[in-house]
Amino acid sequence: MTNLSVNIAGLTFKNPVTTASGTFGYGDEFKDFMDLGKIGGIFVKAVTGSNRDGNAYPRMAETPSGMLNSVGLQNKGVDHFVREIYPRIKDFDTHIIVNVSGSTIEEYVEVAERMNELEKIPAIEVNISCPNVKQGGMAFGTVPAMSTEVTRAVREVYKKVLMVKLSPNVTSIVEIAKAVEEGGADVLTLVNTLLGMAIDADSRRPILSTIMGGLSGPAIKPVALRMVWQVHNAVNIPVIGLGGIMNATDAIEFLLAGASAIQVGTANFIDPAVSVKLVEGIEAYLAKHRINDVNELIGALRTE
Amino acid sequence: MEIKKTVQDLTVASNIRLNKRHFLLDLIAPEPLPMMLPGQFVQVLVKDSPSTFLRRPFSIHQVDYHRNTFRLLIQIKGEGTRHMSLLKEGDKLNLIYPLGNSFSLPTTKDVLLVGGGCGVAPLLFLSQFLNQNSIRPSILVGFRTQEEVSEIDIYSKFGDVYVATDDGTEGERGLVVDHSILQKESLPFKKIYCCGPDAMMQAVAKLAAIHGIDCEVSLENSMACGFGVCLCCITPTDKGNERVCVEGPVFNTRRLGWK
Repeated sequence: MTNLSVNIAGLTFKNPVTTASGTFGYGDEFKDFMDLGKIGGIFVKAVTGSNRDGNAYPRMAETPSGMLNSVGLQNKGVDHFVREIYPRIKDFDTHIIVNVSGSTIEEYVEVAERMNELEKIPAIEVNISCPNVKQGGMAFGTVPAMSTEVTRAVREVYKKVLMVKLSPNVTSIVEIAKAVEEGGADVLTLVNTLLGMAIDADSRRPILSTIMGGLSGPAIKPVALRMVWQVHNAVNIPVIGLGGIMNATDAIEFLLAGASAIQVGTANFIDPAVSVKLVEGIEAYLAKHRINDVNELIGALRTE
Repeated sequence: MEIKKTVQDLTVASNIRLNKRHFLLDLIAPEPLPMMLPGQFVQVLVKDSPSTFLRRPFSIHQVDYHRNTFRLLIQIKGEGTRHMSLLKEGDKLNLIYPLGNSFSLPTTKDVLLVGGGCGVAPLLFLSQFLNQNSIRPSILVGFRTQEEVSEIDIYSKFGDVYVATDDGTEGERGLVVDHSILQKESLPFKKIYCCGPDAMMQAVAKLAAIHGIDCEVSLENSMACGFGVCLCCITPTDKGNERVCVEGPVFNTRRLGWK
């Protein structure tokens, strides 16, 4: 019997396939397309302290092998999440992990504290990497001292598994990763989107209302893989990898680079059942290579 | 009522070129079609085209439950639609459908449909649906030029058709909103359904507001997913930012604050 389960900071995932925050809603939007119980976990849409309308339309630009977005953390705030959304998703047969965002350290702490009380939320993913908000977000994820500070502040109040999602928009991802590890994170997830922009040459205007936005999709995969590899080799905590994963081969590449699990993001927009296909594809890969435990792939890149 | 959304490979039954920029694609479903409502749309995956990464949304143009087919009216705008224009009978096309809400069933028989360019796409399905509910609407359609005026014979089966072209080569010359049937002091309509370019819909909404006529428009904001998770296609409404792909694409103009 092939083992697909992975243990990340004491939390057992039935398989290493999870879905990225901001690409999977709250999970129930996918019930027509797939069985949520077949994947390892769901990272739900970012939750902030209070209601956020997000940025103005247009928020999306298609780019070669990818897309830019500038949604800007639109959500109805933590009270609404606890009251309205949590009850409707808490019994999904998979790990539900909440992406926690804020403009100030106090806001991150406030939302994280509220997540303690939710029994069926075993972990949070602190988002210090959103490129689409004016304050906070990526600002916390690009300066090492601030990354440590926000991680430490959340660590003080949050009792369960603390994951921190890193921004690739930095000179040294290793430096940030170490800063977050020092702050007390249990897990690192990387990467969030790469800051980019798109222009309509005819109108001579930017396509996004915010001019710049976050690039995702296969266009960023090589960058993401490189960063997962670098961070995996530099820290002592597990890494969850994401960035342009479209199929099982992509997912396996991330595992080989050192990710203990992966998140599939933008691909959900194109094939809402892609996450289940990744699980099946990883299983097929293991069978083909006569490997009976997926853990043997993690960090197993041959560099000699 | 919730209609189950599905991801499915459909077969191209025919690809009919209407003119330089427009074509009709008939698709056969492998299973009995789900119930589909006028205003709803599909998300099409364009394969083997490197520059088209995301799916492309199209309104459902006509449905034939007996043949288990439905039709899309498509304008060639970029690489994705150009690629689709080359599809042949028997080719497979992967769709997510049916998506979005629908036009509401009117409480009056005095109904006007206004469409511009490719925005006429959902209005044929709507007029068919209105007929089934014993309503024969007036249908005002605007095109660039005579060469692009198409399917008038089909619209005529379901309603009284009025045509405007930008260059006056067919019907009245000018914008649909300037058509003589809309220039009377008192208009004989109690409900307007509209789909087309943004400026046209805004102008129609304004006219409807002046005459106190209830008006619904179908928006076509750019979107990534089409089923409510990317939050890219939002429009401001009286309830804050709402998703065009789920709460829309059809909105009452009162809710959009269009005056």
